Amino acid sequence: MAETEERLRRTMMFVPGNNPAMLKDAGIYGADSIMFDLEDAVSLKEKDAARDLVYEALQTVDYGNAEKVVRVNGVDTPFYKDDVRAMVKAGIDVIRLPKTETADMIKELVDDVASAETEFGREEGSTHVMAAIESAKGVVNANEIAAASDRMIGIALSAEDYTTDMKTHRYPDGRELEYARNVILHAARAAGIAAFDTVFTNLDDEAGLIRETQFIHQLGYDGKSVINPRQIAVINKVYAPTKAEIQTAQQVIAAIEEAHEKGSGVISLNGQMVDRPVALRAQRVMNLAKASHLVDEEGNYVEE
Amino acid sequence: MEIKKTALAGTLESSDIQITLSPATAGGIQIDLDSAVASQYGDEIKKVITDTLTGFKIDNALVKAVDKGALDCVIKARTIAAAQRALEQTEPAWEVL
Repeated sequence: MAETEERLRRTMMFVPGNNPAMLKDAGIYGADSIMFDLEDAVSLKEKDAARDLVYEALQTVDYGNAEKVVRVNGVDTPFYKDDVRAMVKAGIDVIRLPKTETADMIKELVDDVASAETEFGREEGSTHVMAAIESAKGVVNANEIAAASDRMIGIALSAEDYTTDMKTHRYPDGRELEYARNVILHAARAAGIAAFDTVFTNLDDEAGLIRETQFIHQLGYDGKSVINPRQIAVINKVYAPTKAEIQTAQQVIAAIEEAHEKGSGVISLNGQMVDRPVALRAQRVMNLAKASHLVDEEGNYVEE
Repeated sequence: MEIKKTALAGTLESSDIQITLSPATAGGIQIDLDSAVASQYGDEIKKVITDTLTGFKIDNALVKAVDKGALDCVIKARTIAAAQRALEQTEPAWEVL
């Protein structure tokens, strides 16, 4: 796994790589990650222009604290190698490999990324990678893919291609994705990386987006891919902790601090032991609360 | 560097700029700019185009630029794409990017 500090990844917004207006504004919607797309959103004749445009945008547009991700063209295309080189030169945070089916594909990408870092004088290991799983083979190999490299930060389900490969299509209840969602999530957690759920494509069905987000939040996903900025606030709201959850987390953290001051090894809160999972969950709740602007900088709950 | 053929990059959508490059044997880089902000930013837009073409060592070219409110990074990117297409280069222009 590429990181020690946990980063919030509730939303990863797709931005078509050849669209100047969307590239210009991508940073203002509060997405945790922004994914510039050189693949499916760009026609074959515009691959060169999109690569130039994303490169130049990355040099000048301020995307704030958002994690900058680029989806390159697949390893079997003539665009892949130059996509990877140009994006490493541009200083991208993460390269997302589409249609990942084997750990070897990630290893090949990592080799290409490493040589591009050398070629363009970027810090070795500064470019991370992630895999998009879009087929049955990818799901079957998810564990090896997730653990394929120290540079891996996440693994994502891409349901449109996956359901086609499975000889089905997407249904409103999402039952056709049950197995893939669980496999990908377990692969991610076992490897200590992030798990991203697929896009919700019906922009007119907000209730459906909320329902699906609540479900993947319950499973344990870090977040969802989004195709429209309007979906970001909806997803963030599902991920926002409740007042009761925040207060419990604050009590846990206070109990830990008190125990440290007293030099006590065993930490208890209201007669119950606070062990590592409880402490980690409390920390995650507080991170989400801060990102949702529910607490101030000192961690005090902000009344609405 | 000689431009081999006429080539175009960019669209007429908002925030974009469409750059068309055509061969010329003399006269330097001649830019015909169409932009709603030409009176305020025309010189800057032309400078970005000229500097980028100079990076390709293109000395003579006819440039038609139709600006729809593009940022400098977009102007540069579209000029690079048009130049590479006009020069029939497929390897990314690492020294110009």
